Amino acid sequence: MSSQTFNRYVEVGRVVLVNQGADSGKLAVIAEILDHNRAIVEGPTTGVKRQAIAFRRVNLTPYVLKNLPRGAGPTVVKKHFEAADIAGKWAASSWAKKLAAVERRKQTSDFERFQVMLLKKQRRSVGNLNLAKAKKANKA
Amino acid sequence: MVSLQQRSRPIAKNVGRLTRTQLYTKRGLFKGQKKGVAPQKEAQAESKTKTVGGAKNGGQRQVPTTKARAFYPSEDVAVPTKARKAQRPTKLRESITPGTVLILLAGRFRGKRVVFLKQLNSGLLLVTGPFKVNGVPLRRVNQAYVIATSTKVNVGAVDSSKLNDAYFAKPAVKNATKEEAFFGDKVEKKQYPAEKAQEQKNVDKAILAEIKKVDGLTKYLNASFGLSRGEFPHELKF
Repeated sequence: MSSQTFNRYVEVGRVVLVNQGADSGKLAVIAEILDHNRAIVEGPTTGVKRQAIAFRRVNLTPYVLKNLPRGAGPTVVKKHFEAADIAGKWAASSWAKKLAAVERRKQTSDFERFQVMLLKKQRRSVGNLNLAKAKKANKA
Repeated sequence: MVSLQQRSRPIAKNVGRLTRTQLYTKRGLFKGQKKGVAPQKEAQAESKTKTVGGAKNGGQRQVPTTKARAFYPSEDVAVPTKARKAQRPTKLRESITPGTVLILLAGRFRGKRVVFLKQLNSGLLLVTGPFKVNGVPLRRVNQAYVIATSTKVNVGAVDSSKLNDAYFAKPAVKNATKEEAFFGDKVEKKQYPAEKAQEQKNVDKAILAEIKKVDGLTKYLNASFGLSRGEFPHELKF
């Protein structure tokens, strides 16, 4: 396989996003790979306890902690995690922003949903108006 | 240790032979503690002797002290059982406070968003549209048929002191005779009482002023609630 087919690998130091269970939505780091299905992960600042987790319960992120030794303990993982500023990079990523937006939409109140509807209507009307203008200009 | 004489001899560890109720009955706890002996009433004599006039009446007669009842019903009349439960005021849902915007779920105005004013003594909720915004008048609704939203309107300036359950009682109307009803004589269109219309205006005035302060709130109250595709009420936050 060429390197272009896959660019995120399961490897020691790979930052993953837990997508199931109590830790859903939190970042963790692979500290050691156990077998084809599981790895030991830990989220030093995100609140994910050190645990063996199945790969189907995590998503691989583009971030890797280079030079993280295999089987590193909590202190070392934390040091590397903070040095690489993973939390900051994650917060700035569009992936995290999309997740946050989905969460925000879930939390909207009835009135807020109504306001969103009004704004969408407004946007549509502006768009349609411009389209009509452009069509008219094209004809002439 | 466990003795065989124990009332509720265990049939297994921590499991008594008797239920809690049976044990309670056996111990006779329902009798309560005895508090002294009530003073005995003096036994009244069943009858007393009276002197009677008239030569053929024998001079004296035994008269019962308490007269026998003169009337006995021919059939047994069922006596209603005494209610042992106390009537308690209806508990208002915590999410409903004065000024909460509610969504009505039943009745003529189902789907309308209204403003909650206060809970009446009957436990019903007093709501208003306001009338000018969405056509819902001052009205009583059961809180079971209502969704409370997190949106609040400041109703501090509203004077709803005149509004109670009696305000909503229907005026007694004399029944029209059959003839009148048949021929349609004397049929007048009912007019909405002027004082009620005025009261509606008085109450709504302060609310309308508050609603105008928030952008889009008037439109929101004017719009009906509905679910669109993929929206499930149990998953929504109101």
